[in-house]
Amino acid sequence: MSERDGFEERLREARARRGLDTPRPGRGAPPSGPWGIGFRAGVEVVAALGVGVFLGIMLDRWLGTWPWLFLLFFVLGGAAGVLNVYRLFNPRRGAGR
Amino acid sequence: MAAEGNSIDALSQFSLTPVLGAVGNSVGFTQSTAHMLLAVGVVTLLMIWGMSNRAIVPGRLQAMAESAYEFVHDLAVGQIGDEGKRYFPFIFSLFMFILLGNLLGLLPYGFAFTSHIAVTFGLAALVFVIVTIVALSIHGTHFFSYFFPEGAPKALAPLIIPIEIISYLSRPVSLSVRLFANMVAGHVMLEVFAAFVVMIGSAAGVLGILGATLPLAVNVALVGFELLVAFLQAYVFAILTSIYLHDAVHLH
Repeated sequence: MSERDGFEERLREARARRGLDTPRPGRGAPPSGPWGIGFRAGVEVVAALGVGVFLGIMLDRWLGTWPWLFLLFFVLGGAAGVLNVYRLFNPRRGAGR
Repeated sequence: MAAEGNSIDALSQFSLTPVLGAVGNSVGFTQSTAHMLLAVGVVTLLMIWGMSNRAIVPGRLQAMAESAYEFVHDLAVGQIGDEGKRYFPFIFSLFMFILLGNLLGLLPYGFAFTSHIAVTFGLAALVFVIVTIVALSIHGTHFFSYFFPEGAPKALAPLIIPIEIISYLSRPVSLSVRLFANMVAGHVMLEVFAAFVVMIGSAAGVLGILGATLPLAVNVALVGFELLVAFLQAYVFAILTSIYLHDAVHLH
């Protein structure tokens, strides 16, 4: 038995040495350099801001309150963008499976 | 390529042209649609043909099919947990479709249908709707507590809930824009440097041809880089889909 265990152990070590056991990619962290991270963050901010502005303009058109809801949702969209970037680096609590 | 006179026309490569003559013209069957069908066909053939032997020691095609399967399977189970197996077919189809779309666009005469925001947003909207349906079917109305993190002061609810909803709604936008922008940027760069090759090469005799090797070398490197981006973006799309599904299954 101990002979087999030793073999498994040695095999694992050899595989690790050769880099055959690729480590599991971390949660939501695609392998990318600083440009990739910067681009992701930028897209998140712009996407949230865009959705906020779109919602604001649509609600304004519906309720006839131009430009107040637009202004409000512009700010909320910006805040949502910041929240998205925050989530990028700090996923939701208890999300660690 | 598209170097007419001295201007570089980097965007005409994305224009859609109907194929299959009059029939294609009348139903709007473009080269984009053709490449989507081709991608589906290639994926299907890879899986059916590759696995037809069921060899214990896999051949090349079987190894490719198996490694693709295992890669996405590990991704889905690793991100979502054991429930991820239920959603594996969806994630696998998405991953392979996007990957093939990106890769087919790198072939000569190929067209990357993922360089159209309509396509990527369609896919992202599909993900968004499915994730929301999954969350609603598992948690019912309890799903709406997702928009208000527990423990936050009740007084801040009017502020937090709209922000969380906007953040939730921005998911498909950022998902589609990321894929679309990466593909467009890559193809524009390839086109620009290819146009440089033609412009410099046709400029001044031997010197021009020597000078043209520089942008050509850049283009060779760019194609390699685009291969990486093709894989990476398909992977990012799949992994974000899994993360959204994880949030939908587990809520917080």
